[in-house]
This record gives sequence, structure tokens and C-alpha cells, in this order.
Amino acid sequence: MKETDVRQGTLALMVLKTLDVLGPLHGYGIARRIEQISGDILMVNQGTLYPVLLKLEQEGSIASGWGASENKRKARFYRLTRQGRKQLQAETRSWEQTASIIQRFFAVRAQDLK
Amino acid sequence: MKALRRFLKQLAASLFRRRTAARAEEILRIEIEEHIELQAAENLRAGLPAVEARRQALIKFGNVEAIKEIYRDQRRLPFLETLIRDTRHAIRRLRKTPGFTAAVLLTLSLGIGANIAIFGVVDSILLRPLAYPHAEALVEVLHTAPGLPGFGGSMGCSPAMYFTYREENRTFQQFGLWQSSGVSVTGMGEPAVAKALMVTYGVLDTLAVEPRLGRWFSPTDDTPASPETVILTYGYWQRHFGGDKSILGRTLTINSKPTVVIGVMPKEFRFQLEPELILPRRFDRKTVYLGEFSYRGIARLKPGVSLDQANADLSRMLGMWLNAWPPNPGLDISIFRNARLGPKIQPLKQRIVGDVGATLWVVMGTLGLVLLIACANVANLLLVRAEARRHEFAVRAALGAGWGRIAKGLMVESVTLGMLGGAFGLALSYAGLRILVAKGPGTLPRLGEIGIDSSVLAFALGVSLLAGALFGIIPVLKYGTPLIAAALRGAGRTLSHGREHHRARNTLVVVQVALALVLLIGSGLMIRTFERLRSIQPGFTRPQEVQIVHAMIPRSIANDPERIMGMHSEILDKLSAIPGVTSVGLGDAAPLESSLFGMNANPIDAEGKHLEEGQAPASRRIHKIAPGFFKTMGTRIVAGRDFTWTDLYEKRRVGIVSENLAREWWGAPRAALGKRIREGGPLDPWREIVGVVEDIYDDGVQTKPPAFVYWPARMARYIWAGENGYALGNGMYAIRSNRAGTEGLVKEAREAIWSVNGRQPVFLVTTLSTLYDQSMARTSFALVILAIAGGMALILGIVGIYGVIAYTISQRTREIGIRVALGAQPEGLSRMFVRHGLLLAAIGATLGLAAAAGLTRLMSSLLFGITPLDPVTYSAVSVLLVAVSALASYVPARRAITMDSVHALRAE
Repeated sequence: MKETDVRQGTLALMVLKTLDVLGPLHGYGIARRIEQISGDILMVNQGTLYPVLLKLEQEGSIASGWGASENKRKARFYRLTRQGRKQLQAETRSWEQTASIIQRFFAVRAQDLK
Repeated sequence: MKALRRFLKQLAASLFRRRTAARAEEILRIEIEEHIELQAAENLRAGLPAVEARRQALIKFGNVEAIKEIYRDQRRLPFLETLIRDTRHAIRRLRKTPGFTAAVLLTLSLGIGANIAIFGVVDSILLRPLAYPHAEALVEVLHTAPGLPGFGGSMGCSPAMYFTYREENRTFQQFGLWQSSGVSVTGMGEPAVAKALMVTYGVLDTLAVEPRLGRWFSPTDDTPASPETVILTYGYWQRHFGGDKSILGRTLTINSKPTVVIGVMPKEFRFQLEPELILPRRFDRKTVYLGEFSYRGIARLKPGVSLDQANADLSRMLGMWLNAWPPNPGLDISIFRNARLGPKIQPLKQRIVGDVGATLWVVMGTLGLVLLIACANVANLLLVRAEARRHEFAVRAALGAGWGRIAKGLMVESVTLGMLGGAFGLALSYAGLRILVAKGPGTLPRLGEIGIDSSVLAFALGVSLLAGALFGIIPVLKYGTPLIAAALRGAGRTLSHGREHHRARNTLVVVQVALALVLLIGSGLMIRTFERLRSIQPGFTRPQEVQIVHAMIPRSIANDPERIMGMHSEILDKLSAIPGVTSVGLGDAAPLESSLFGMNANPIDAEGKHLEEGQAPASRRIHKIAPGFFKTMGTRIVAGRDFTWTDLYEKRRVGIVSENLAREWWGAPRAALGKRIREGGPLDPWREIVGVVEDIYDDGVQTKPPAFVYWPARMARYIWAGENGYALGNGMYAIRSNRAGTEGLVKEAREAIWSVNGRQPVFLVTTLSTLYDQSMARTSFALVILAIAGGMALILGIVGIYGVIAYTISQRTREIGIRVALGAQPEGLSRMFVRHGLLLAAIGATLGLAAAAGLTRLMSSLLFGITPLDPVTYSAVSVLLVAVSALASYVPARRAITMDSVHALRAE
């Protein structure tokens, strides 16, 4: 797996979680939210979010429609679909599982293995 | 699921690009614009000046065009899109050069089409299983009989075996015997003979094909004295009853007996010799004997039983059979003991397909070679095309196009050509197969099953792709490599081309010539074989003048030999009175008809020729004939005389033998006269040999003529006849006339026969030359295919050589101009080019000769009278090829040197 794939996957999960917590949101809103939480580590440029959104939409995890932005202008809003919610749950579970394994793994000291 | 869904969306976006692309672009533009606006507004709120706020927003977003690019790629399938684009370009380019495209497509569709067609044949005959459920478990039950010479190593089953095998076997799920025969159907329209399949109980159960209407035969139908029943095949039902569903229970008159229709087989049902009616063959337990091996056994093995196990089981049952049944009346039990019958169970498919595989594989290999040659030709044309585009490639590469991209463009063009050629080829092969099924050699088994199915389509696709890739890879290898500087410089065409430019084309021509030589030698060998076969005196003369007609004898007089014989001679009299008839003959079968009826053979011994202990007399073929048979066939009487009508009326004990039998026993034809022979042992009287006739090639001219014994058509005592003696029943009438084969003669002959026998069916109407041609059908089939392939190969090879020489000359026009201007002699120049062409041809021919020596060995089973290394063929073909190559080089060379030198120097 290439590095970008990993990052895209993580980014996708964060998009889903953001939409789950905050409800329908436009691209800028999602980008801001992810930035607030992770800083610039995940996204060097906000633009990289858009290919991820496209992929999620093609996969049917999110859907989009037109709405009005804070500027009172036309903006594209994304929302989580039922399938996206299921995917989020599944991925959250597997993520937690992985995280806990890694955590335990690092917690192990050399003498525990003898 | 997710991935699939995404793929489908991308696919849709790629395919319906024009409709959706603009809208998607617009949405993305609005979205990004709004994103940047929002960020700028926020920056403004944070206190940045307006211009700086927007600048920062843009920086934060990243490279807009790059993001858009990634976004676009993700929206669609870029690979597919470039493929579609390349294909579209390729088609556009091909349409711009209609001459080139037509030439290539014609070559390819012929080459690919021929291969698809022959694969269709191979697939349906050799590869596909027989059209029965679990056909792999079906076997034919045969026997070896090492103690009984003359049976060709495989012997069928006898009625007694039916009972033993059915009751005692441990390895058969089902078992039955069958036989094919002709039966008369009267009482509806013209009296006719239908091809009938006579089956015992168990045969239909073995095949396990359910009837479409009604039922199979039950054990009751198999019991003597139960009502006569018949099952129709689909074709017969359609032809004669228009598919009438109320046919069940109707009564037909078959062999003069009322017979009830109890079933109709489905359309898919097939069986050997294409029967029209299926009738029960009944055996009476009380009157069956060891002998009469004229039935064919068919069995379905129990699941998991191997051929070896089944053979072992059969071997065990043969012992039981020998002890359980009496020998046929008149035959001694020792004949059966000494025959030493052994088991020989064969898969049914192997039995049906026979040795046709050898021919088909040779034909398929041949057509494969033709396709290779066609590919070489197309590759050559593509090289010329690519050469012309060298400059374009170099410019594109210099401007930054990857060489992979350029190579892909070339490859796509080739594969497009391949696919188009394949599509046309498929259409051609469809037509070809239709013609083959309609008119193909009747000796081809499973002919009716031939057609295009999914595996043939897959083959067509595979061959087209492969061919495209094959001739596509050559220009790619040559021009798809990064040599920009050289290409840009060299493409000015001001220089003569270097040697390496021609190497690829030269190699292709050498390959073409080599392959063409192999094919020409193959067809040459077939022509020589055909010649050899034709030169054999088959035991009859001018077969095109001999009309053959078979007629049935009414059942009402079937048991009265005197009346039967009277009827025959009356018919012969009427036939010889027909205008234009020079002679007529009567016999039980015409030459070459043994394969139709099954041969009539029996052990014959000669007086004074003692056999060793435990040895049975060899079987010889037996014909019963009336005077005039030999004269009508044109068979020479080598010694002695023909039968006379007095021989027949006085029922003299006489016989005639074939020359090879006379030589075998007495060394010379003349020595056989006056010797005595008899059929089947002591029950039959000795008969004196009064004549010796020329050998007749009864199994076709490729096979050694069998030894024949001829008995008179009327005899007083005969082992197979009852109290009243013997008379030939259903007769074969041979009529020699220069009107043979015409409707008129057949009609008059039929009227003559009907006027005597009361409108009994007349059947198997043919001419002796038709039978003769049929006996060579396989050879002629292979000959025609190989000749066509060889011809195509020759033409393609010539075109290849011509093309290379012409192209070389066109590239060297300037050089020629300079040479001529400097005083070179035109003759010398043309010799130079011809030498080039000849050199290529010679290298190709040498390689081809070596390849042919190896490859023609594979077709040795098709050859007759010559070896696969026949020197005449090899040298003749080589000379032909070299001569043609010289001509193909001379024509373009001639044109070059007659060019005006000033003109040539200016040529650009």
C-alpha cells in the first residue's frame, strides 16, 4: 500500500466521522473540522480533500446536494448515507481493534515475552 | 461491492463522457470557488487585507489545476479512456488509407476465418463430449479374436452375449445391442426405405436421452410375439408427420407389418449413421447361439469403474458365455474355442470419432501456418506504415510523449486490425461451417453437431487478439524505442537507409517463404497421394457409367427361392431393355458398399489345405452374384469363366475367387481352377472354382484389397438357407449405361423394377463413381484444404517478396539515380535486386525444407504410396518457389532501373 493510500483511507474515515457528528456539511466545512483536530499533518492542502469526497460518493458512502453556504451562496453539501453510516461503524470497530492491539504490543516489555 | 460500485460509476463516466463531463467540470469549479471564498472570508475576519486573504486562501487550497486533474482521473477510468481514444484514432487513421486497410482486413479475415471454422469442426468432433448425459461413461463393447483372422482385430457381439452380459455383469449400469438396417415403410406416399436403428432393451436406457413424446421400449417390447412398436426420431417425425403430437398410437406399415408408434425422440438425439426410426430387436432365448457377431454392444459403466475393470469383467463373462450356449447349427464348438475371444472395451467417443482426428489436426496445423504467414505479411505492411510515421513519433517523443504511449498507440492500431479481421473472419467461418454441414464429406462423424458455440467464440476472440499482438509487436519493437535524435535526423529521407532498417522486413520475408514452402510441400504430398490413389486400378472400370439401384423383395414370396430368382431375372431382362443400357448385373452389394452394409465375411477353407491344430480358417468376404456382375462392373476375369445362368438354374456347386486368394492358396490364378472350397465348415458342400477375377478394392483404394469368394445368387444347399435352398433376397442391380446418374435412367429403372416386384421400395440409388469418390472423400477433403492453404501461402509469400523488393527500391531511388548517372548498367542493377530477393527466398526455402522434413511426418497417416520425404515433391516445390521469387523480385527491379536518372535523383 502506498503512503497516499494510507492517508486517503484515514482521511476518508475522518470525513465520515465528521459528517456523522456534524450532519450535512460543505467541503470547506469538512476541511476546517479536520484541520482543527489534526492540524496540517493530514492535509497539506485543503484541495486534496476533493478527490476523497469523490471516491466516497462513487462508493455510495456519502451523497451530495446543493445548499446555501454561510456566505449565502450556492454550495455543495455532503451528507452521510445509510451505507456510509454502516461503513463508519465497521471501520471504527476495526480501527479500535487495531489501535488496541498496537497499544498492547507497545506496552509489552521484554521480560513479559520470556 | 463498494469497489464494484465505484468501478461501474467510473465506467459510466468514461463511456458517457461527452454528456456528463462538462456538467461535472462546472460543479467542481463552483465547489472549489466557493471553498476558496469561504476561506478568504474567514481570513478577512481574522484581519487580513482583502487581497492577502484571497491569496492565503489559494495557497491553503493548493494547486487548483493539479487537484482538478486528480479529480478527473478519479472520476473516470483513464486507462479505458486512452484506450478508447487510441482506438478512435486508429480507426480514423485506417479509414484514411482504405487500400491498406482493405488489404490487411482481407488477409486477416481469410486467415482468421479459416482457423475459426476448422476450430469449430475440431471442437465439435474431437473436443466436445458426445451429446448424451454423462457421455464419458459410455463404452462400446468389442472383442478381439486373435484366432480368427480376417476380422480386423475387433469383433462385435452375438445375441447370446446379450443375455450373458446383461445378467452376469458387475460393471455395467446398462447394456444393450444394436444394429442398423434399412426397413421398408409402405402405405404412405411412395414406398420408401428408412434408416432404422434396431435396438435391444437397454440401448436407450444406456444413452439416457428421454423421449420427447411417449416412452422408451420396455422389456415387453423386447419379447417375441408382443405387438410391433416403433419410436420415431425428431427429423422423421417432422418430415413425414409435420410434428403432429397425436402421432402416438398410430400404426405404420414397416416391413409389411403393422407397427404402433410409441414415442418420438427429441431434436438433440443423435446416433451413429443418423437413424430415422428406432425399432426393437428381439432375441428369443431358446434360439440364440454363440455366433453371429453382427451386433454392436453399447454399455454405460457404473460410476467409478475403469476401462480395465470393465475389460476384466468382460473377460470373466466370455468364459461363462462360451459354456452357456450352443454353437450355431453346422458350426463346431472348436471354432469358437479357437477364436480365443478377448475383451476390447473402448470409449464410445473414440469409437465414433475414429481416426478422423489425424486429418483434422493436420488441417488445423496447416491453417495455423497460413495465419502465421498472413500475420507476417500484415507485419510487413505495418512496418512500412510505421516507417513513414517515424518522424511523427520522434517529434511526439521530443515534445514529451512517453515511448510507452507511442508504443501503445501502435499496438492499439494492430489489435484493432486484428479484432476487425476476426469479426469478418467469424462471419466467414459461420458461412463456411454452414456449407460444410450441408455439403461436407459424409464420412465425417458428428457432422450434424458442428456449429459455433461459446468455446468457438472464445477461440475467435483469442486468435484475433493474438494475431493482432503478434504482428503488432514487430513495429513496436522496431520503432517504439527512444532513438529520437537518430530518428529526427534519419527521417529527412535524404539518405539511403542503413542496412538495419531492412533487417526486420527481410526476416519476415524469410519466415513467410519458409512457411509457404512447408505448406506447398504438404499440398504437393497430398496431390501425389491423390495421383497414386487414382492410378490404382480399383477392380472396376469407368465407374461413372455404372448406375446402382437396390430393391426389396416382397415379404409374401420371401421364403420361395425359385420365385425370388424368377423375379430377379425378369427385372434384369427389363433393365437391359432400357435404351442405352449395355449390360446389367445383380449381386448383394456393389463394390465399396461393404462399409454401408457391414461386410459379409465368413471362414472359408479349401480342400486339401490342412490347418494346424487349434487354428480356425480365415474369414473371407463373400458376395452372391448373378452372371453379368463382373461384365457390368468392368472387373477383368483373370482365369476361367463367369457364372452362367445354367449354373444358377441347375444349382451347380461352383464358385469364383479373387486373384489374391488364388495366389495365396495355389500360387497362380490358373492353378485355382478346379479346386474346391467351402464356407463355414463341414455342413456346407464343397464348391468347385470355375473362375478367378481381378481384386476389387472393397474398402477404398488406400486399403489392400480383401480376398473375395463369390457364390452364385441361387444355390441348392447353403449353410445360411433353409430346406428350399438359397436365393439372393434384396438385390443390388448394376446398370452400365452412358446415361448413368441421370434422372431419366433412374426413373425408367424404378418403373421396370416396380412392374415386377409390386412397388416395393427402391433405395440406395447411386453410381459407382459416387461410391468411388466417397471412398476417397477424406483424402480429397485434406487435399482441397491443403491445396487452398498452399495456394494462399504462395500468394502471400510472393506478395511479401515483391513488397520488400519494391520497398527497398523505392527507398533507394536516389542511390539508383546516382549509380545510373555514374554509368551503372541497368542489367547489373536489376541483377543486384533480384539477387537480394533470391537470397531471401533461398534462406527461407532452406529453413522451410528443414521444417517440412520434420512437420510432414505428422501427416504420414494421410499419405499413400509415397513417403513424407518424397524427393519429387520437395524438389518440384523448391524450384517453383525459387522461380516465383525471382519473378517477384524482377518485376519491381525492372521498374526501378527504367526510371529516368534525373527524375530519380530528384525523387523525394
